[in-house]
Amino acid sequence: MTRIDAKFADLLAAGQKAFVAYVMAGDPDYATSLEIVKGLPAAGVDIIELGLPFTDPMADGPTIQLAGQRALEAGQTLQKTLAMAAEFRKSDDTTPIVLMGYYNPIYSRGVDRFLAEAKAAGIDGLIIVDLPPEEDEELCIPAQKAGLNFIRLATPTTDDKRLPKVLTNTSGFVYYVSITGITGAAAAEAGDVGPEVARIKAHTDLPVIVGFGIRTPETSKAIASVADGAVVGSAIVAEIAAGKPVSEVLDFVRSLADGAHRA
Amino acid sequence: MADDRINSYKTGPDENGRFGDFGGRFVSETLMPLILDLEAQYEHAKTDQSFWDEMEFLWKHYVGRPSPLYHAERLTQHLGGAKIYLKRDELNHTGAHKINNVLGQIILARRMGKTRIIAETGAGQHGVATATVCAKFGLKCIVYMGAHDVERQAPNVFRMKLLGARVIPVTSGRGTLKDAMNDALRDWVTNVRDTFYCIGTVAGPHPYPAMVRDFQAIIGKEAKDQMLEAEGRLPDTIIAAIGGGSNAMGLFFPFLDDTDVNIIGVEAGGKGVNAKMEHCASLTGGRPGVLHGNRTYLLQDDDGQILEGFSISAGLDYPGIGPEHSWLHEIGRAQYVSITDVEALEAFQLCCELEGIIPALEPSHALAHVMKIAPELPSDHIICMNMCGRGDKDIFTVAKALGLDMDQG
Repeated sequence: MTRIDAKFADLLAAGQKAFVAYVMAGDPDYATSLEIVKGLPAAGVDIIELGLPFTDPMADGPTIQLAGQRALEAGQTLQKTLAMAAEFRKSDDTTPIVLMGYYNPIYSRGVDRFLAEAKAAGIDGLIIVDLPPEEDEELCIPAQKAGLNFIRLATPTTDDKRLPKVLTNTSGFVYYVSITGITGAAAAEAGDVGPEVARIKAHTDLPVIVGFGIRTPETSKAIASVADGAVVGSAIVAEIAAGKPVSEVLDFVRSLADGAHRA
Repeated sequence: MADDRINSYKTGPDENGRFGDFGGRFVSETLMPLILDLEAQYEHAKTDQSFWDEMEFLWKHYVGRPSPLYHAERLTQHLGGAKIYLKRDELNHTGAHKINNVLGQIILARRMGKTRIIAETGAGQHGVATATVCAKFGLKCIVYMGAHDVERQAPNVFRMKLLGARVIPVTSGRGTLKDAMNDALRDWVTNVRDTFYCIGTVAGPHPYPAMVRDFQAIIGKEAKDQMLEAEGRLPDTIIAAIGGGSNAMGLFFPFLDDTDVNIIGVEAGGKGVNAKMEHCASLTGGRPGVLHGNRTYLLQDDDGQILEGFSISAGLDYPGIGPEHSWLHEIGRAQYVSITDVEALEAFQLCCELEGIIPALEPSHALAHVMKIAPELPSDHIICMNMCGRGDKDIFTVAKALGLDMDQG
């Protein structure tokens, strides 16, 4: 059982929905980013998604693109992101950390070496946007063997025929992308998302978490109420981009988490 | 040579879109169903005679194919060695090889009922070709172009606008071709129902590298027939410039199994292929990685972050290369070299002066390599180089590089 599995068991027992927060590792710099990440569990975050900066984030909107650029300019690397996770683990051994990003920096480091280092750093799962099930041999299967969850994205274009293929090697949870589009773009509608979550749940026992297009405590609540939880990324990253003090960023995160937890 | 022999170089890609270890389908889940649909539609069209009949009709009457194979007599004399032929794809409608592929993709898009066409462009040649064919068929056309390229290729931006396309300057990243491709992919992931992404080179997720190659292979097929007619035999060496590599793949593919034919791809060496990475030579100066849907050689740093290329030619200014080239490089069937900006400019001028042909900066790279090797080769050695584009679009860049003021004449 991974930390992710344990977290969902706890949430289920408490009758609560999950709140997942995304921040870009190293944005705006290593120290501030680490301080924010360390503050997330106390702000009500159940699972942390730590973004891996990449020069060419083709599924991300401007907010996350710029966050990645800030992090890279501040000298963030894959190695530093793993160091950040290890630092976090010194004071928190239960909150799951999922790395979210693109394949090339991992491929460049070498898959086996990366998996060993990620496991040692206390990483629990991976969401790699540009690795569909057709490329499972690359990282998904080696990751599962190394004891890391590989969390797959399901989207509005994933039809019923394709869904089993997408779910086959998925573990931890399923991340449903609420819109066709990039991060931080259109607003998610609970009315559209509900039936889609039900459709996915007919094919899997894994929790289904919904992300993309959630910006406010109200939407966080509305989306969490029709799924097993909600993810917010761009809206939090925008607060960091605006140069808000860490305490204010965490207050905003708390309002989003409260929304999801009230669902 | 028979295509069905077991050790053919022409059987790729495999069912997973791989050429050896290269290629593949590294895209987000939202795009995956679209790419599978495109593959199925292309596989069907490929074996449908009416599809190729339509292509051939338009190639002939709209593009002006076949393009001539021209013996460059004065260049040959001047260099004093090998006999040089130019495959004149710069004479195509819109001034480059790009339209060969665009026609195929747009006919396919129409068959698939898509009404909105998006494209990325670097030098603007693919953007102009796409805008042209969209105008012909009354399709909505949106072209993503790096803000930096919009500046240095102003004539092509104006052409696209005249043709009714919307040109979106891309400021994300550093505003060059790779960023334009990122934004085109972001558009596609947002507009999945009505949009067809017309990729301009032999890169991207499967089936694009194979599909674009198949459409561009008309270059090599014609060159082969024309060479047999002119010389009664195949050339000894074929040469083409490479950014993403579509004109090169188009020339090379029909010759892959003719193993007596030397194949040379010429990458953009910018200011020189060295540790400063001020070049676009993915094969000679990069290493394998994953970008824009495929595994291929890329310019990248130690952390796997993609580097910006550098070249005087906007059309070669891309940090990757088509996956089939990466494979041909690794198995050694083709040889890849690089040419610097300075060398390309010299070739550009020589071609203008000796042949009365103003070449684009992209094929000027190929010509510069011809200038290097031809003098050392015997007079019965035949070189066929792809003159893949004309240089009208580049005159401002060249004037600036040569320190000339165009207003002073």
